[in-house]
Amino acid sequence: MALVIALSAGLIFGLGLTVSRMIDPAKVLGFLNLGGSWDPSLSLVMASAVLVALPAFYWVERRGRDLGGRSVAVPRKWPLDARLIAGSALFGVGWGLVGFCPGPAMASLGLGSGRSLIFVVAMAVGMLAVDPLWPRLRRAASPEAGNRVG
Amino acid sequence: MENFTPGSALLGGALIGLAAALLMLGSGRIAGISGILGGLLARSTSDGAWRLAFLAGLIGMPALYNALGGGVAPITLDASTGLLIGGGLLVGVGTRLGGGCTSGHGVCGSARLSPRSMAATGVFLALGLLVASLVHGVAGG
Repeated sequence: MALVIALSAGLIFGLGLTVSRMIDPAKVLGFLNLGGSWDPSLSLVMASAVLVALPAFYWVERRGRDLGGRSVAVPRKWPLDARLIAGSALFGVGWGLVGFCPGPAMASLGLGSGRSLIFVVAMAVGMLAVDPLWPRLRRAASPEAGNRVG
Repeated sequence: MENFTPGSALLGGALIGLAAALLMLGSGRIAGISGILGGLLARSTSDGAWRLAFLAGLIGMPALYNALGGGVAPITLDASTGLLIGGGLLVGVGTRLGGGCTSGHGVCGSARLSPRSMAATGVFLALGLLVASLVHGVAGG
């Protein structure tokens, strides 16, 4: 059942990206680039998605369990740390350069876009690099913390 | 604003919100694409099956839509190969470090009224707008 739910959610998510045309980096850059003929569509996609998802998240979180009664573990809401801000900034730079974020990049593989595959492979390499590299970066940035650990 | 498509944007966004609600209601999970893919790549958990199922749906739908006569126009990916690789690396590192992307933080986190997600969304939107405007502003005319 969990797999049917995941597959259905993926299909509906992909349909949303296709219908809204967010699957196309040119459409996304039409929003991000304030210098061109500005296209506010992306902001409506986000607002609409948040409004539709909000009641479901509120209900499940307040209940602490999903519809099947299993307990739900959701990401923490605090604190705003350096890792969160630095990561989001790097992501924003990459997003602004190409116009792809992870969802549309993955979905566009379904249209047989070979150039999307280059982006997705690089993105996967970047994701894999973080887990081994981040602890070293943090130690280098604050030697005291490193000493305590070592 | 001749490219503005409010109707399809609202409809597509509602579908994305519906998908996120379905995954949360049905299995208590966050529909964040970077988290779903990153968790699969890290193989730190034994829950790879649902991640694969979600991604199969996400990738399969545009193909299915086309096969059923939906006629999805080809995407425009103007970036050079070097930029695709550089941008891909930045998006991969950034979303893994920041713990989410446009879907996980932007849609799901905002819907949870999470300060972490709203801060992350503000930061990547600001940087995305700044970099795209600087790099594509003139060329995009």
